[in-house]
Amino acid sequence: MARYGMVIDLKRCYGCYACSMACKVANHTPPNVFWSRVLKGESGTFPNVVRQALPVLCFHCEDPGCVKVCPTKATYANDDGVVVIDKEVCVGCKYCMMGCPYGARYTVPEWKSYFPEGLPLSELEQFQKEAWEEKSGCGVATKCDFCTERREDGKEPSCVTACPADARIFGDLDNPDSEASQRIKRDRGFVLKPEQGTKPKVYYLPPR
Amino acid sequence: MASAVAISEGPLILGNKTPGIVTTDICSSLERTPAPSWWIAIAFSGSMLLLGLVAVAYQIATGIGTWGLNNTVGWAFDITNFVFWVGIGHAGTLISAVLFLFRQKWRTSVNRAAEAMTIFAVICAGLFPLIHMGRPWLAHWMAPYPNTRGSLWINFRSPLVWDFFAISTYFTISFVFWYVGLIPDMATLRDRLKAGWRKRVAGFFSLGWNGSFRTWLHYETVYLLLAGLATPLVLSVHTIVSWDFATSVIPGWHTTILPPYFVAGAIFSGMSMVLSLMLIARKTMRLEDYITTRHVGAMCKILIATGGMVAIAYLTEFVTALYSNNQYEQFAFMNRAMGPLCWSYWIMVGCNVLSPQLLWFKAVRSNMAVVFVVTIFINIGMWFERFVIIVTSLHRDYLPSNWTGYAPTWIEIATLVGSFGLFLTLFLLFCRFVPVIAMAEVKGVLSHGKKPH
Repeated sequence: MARYGMVIDLKRCYGCYACSMACKVANHTPPNVFWSRVLKGESGTFPNVVRQALPVLCFHCEDPGCVKVCPTKATYANDDGVVVIDKEVCVGCKYCMMGCPYGARYTVPEWKSYFPEGLPLSELEQFQKEAWEEKSGCGVATKCDFCTERREDGKEPSCVTACPADARIFGDLDNPDSEASQRIKRDRGFVLKPEQGTKPKVYYLPPR
Repeated sequence: MASAVAISEGPLILGNKTPGIVTTDICSSLERTPAPSWWIAIAFSGSMLLLGLVAVAYQIATGIGTWGLNNTVGWAFDITNFVFWVGIGHAGTLISAVLFLFRQKWRTSVNRAAEAMTIFAVICAGLFPLIHMGRPWLAHWMAPYPNTRGSLWINFRSPLVWDFFAISTYFTISFVFWYVGLIPDMATLRDRLKAGWRKRVAGFFSLGWNGSFRTWLHYETVYLLLAGLATPLVLSVHTIVSWDFATSVIPGWHTTILPPYFVAGAIFSGMSMVLSLMLIARKTMRLEDYITTRHVGAMCKILIATGGMVAIAYLTEFVTALYSNNQYEQFAFMNRAMGPLCWSYWIMVGCNVLSPQLLWFKAVRSNMAVVFVVTIFINIGMWFERFVIIVTSLHRDYLPSNWTGYAPTWIEIATLVGSFGLFLTLFLLFCRFVPVIAMAEVKGVLSHGKKPH
């Protein structure tokens, strides 16, 4: 069985937010919900200053804190290592949000439109609302699932496809010949907050 | 050579009362029509309860978006109130079980009310984890029972599941303990009341008590066994509640000091709430002979001791964070004391560390008005302690891009007010229908008929 993971090359990422947009389009997330987002930070002192983009998403950890604390086993790791949420079993206690050191989880108390309240929903918005309620739902925990539906169709997650800089590589970390495994090995891939012991499966390649 | 000096503190119950007078004193307030002050009090607490019910109904119907929570501060008023009420419910078992095993006779005047308060506080506490869920109608899914939801069994690794067991066990034992202690007094009520529904109810709950030597022997044995069973729960409940935080990864939560710190804090807050309520009951129900300055003084000394433990815990947390060389922990604690919500931290320190220091003075301990004010300060401070632990840790988590603020909505405030309404309403009903003081136990510590040494 595969053990899916992702590699993000920080040398290539220039922080265009295409991944965030693609995620929103693919998963119909409502306002204020960003399963895939880009953090920006500055480091160094003038004149040697660098502005660095850091795309983040659910890291699908091998030892996920969220899975340990879920009282109803609503969140669990699939056989392919992808951490998912069974929205039917989640009671919405939000403990998983406390258990995730990466802030990857979101709850949506009630679905909201991007447009001011009171306006009739357009056909697209109606579709987005139904799609969100079918896949994720309100009052329960939600997060990135490496685009389950797209993977079932044999496609890569939407953020990977959309990245114009080809900064994202999705693949099987158990296969030593996969591009993801090779790049982690060759370019000294690292994870965020290794001290938390969660063993994330999203790796970063150093910016320089 | 040091010589032992016996210090006589005088009788526990004043007025050289006979057992008959005790019965009359305690039962008479149950048998007469309630005073206007009782009606005013219950109307007030009932209104608070109604406000809370409206807020909860609105929240369940609309969704938890009605609260001021966000993705970073996912827990705030809800869990603060939960931990606060569990803490309030702590003193009852301490007074009834631990002090019983340690043969502290002064407990007899306050144990009934403290145990009742425990039960009511745990009811209030239990409501919050239920209503804070995104889908509160599925709260029973936290309980282990065979089901067809896919995963057949709950996750026993989750501290929330441990909470479920800790609190339900605590509630059950506290309730049974309270009820067993009530049986002889229920029989007294049954024998005093005129024929009617209240006599029938008292008769039913007195379980055929006949006051024989054999009955008393069985009763004393059961009471002692229950005290032994309940004693570990005094430590376990708040230890397990603290694990909700201590086993998590959030800076400021992930620390081994939390269990003893929470237990000391819970006894501190519970004892102060018992004192607040007993001082009101003492004044309004004219129980000055039963709840004397000696009782109040003993409880004040417990407040000083547990308040000291809490103060040491506050200090130790800082030292641990500084000594750990962990930048997240260091930041979390500096943020508590100097961040945007630092006012809540200093309210906590002022109320919990500074105000109890007044109780070192005997003149203060003997002045009921000042003691009452100090206990109110401690109640406020202990609510803020939980607010500080939960909200200030969450609002500045690992990722600066997640940092946010938190402000409660009127729904959250109304829910807190409603929980106080529920607590006070239940307590007032208890004062009206159940003997507030354990008559049978008080009769055992009377000085009447005993020769002084």
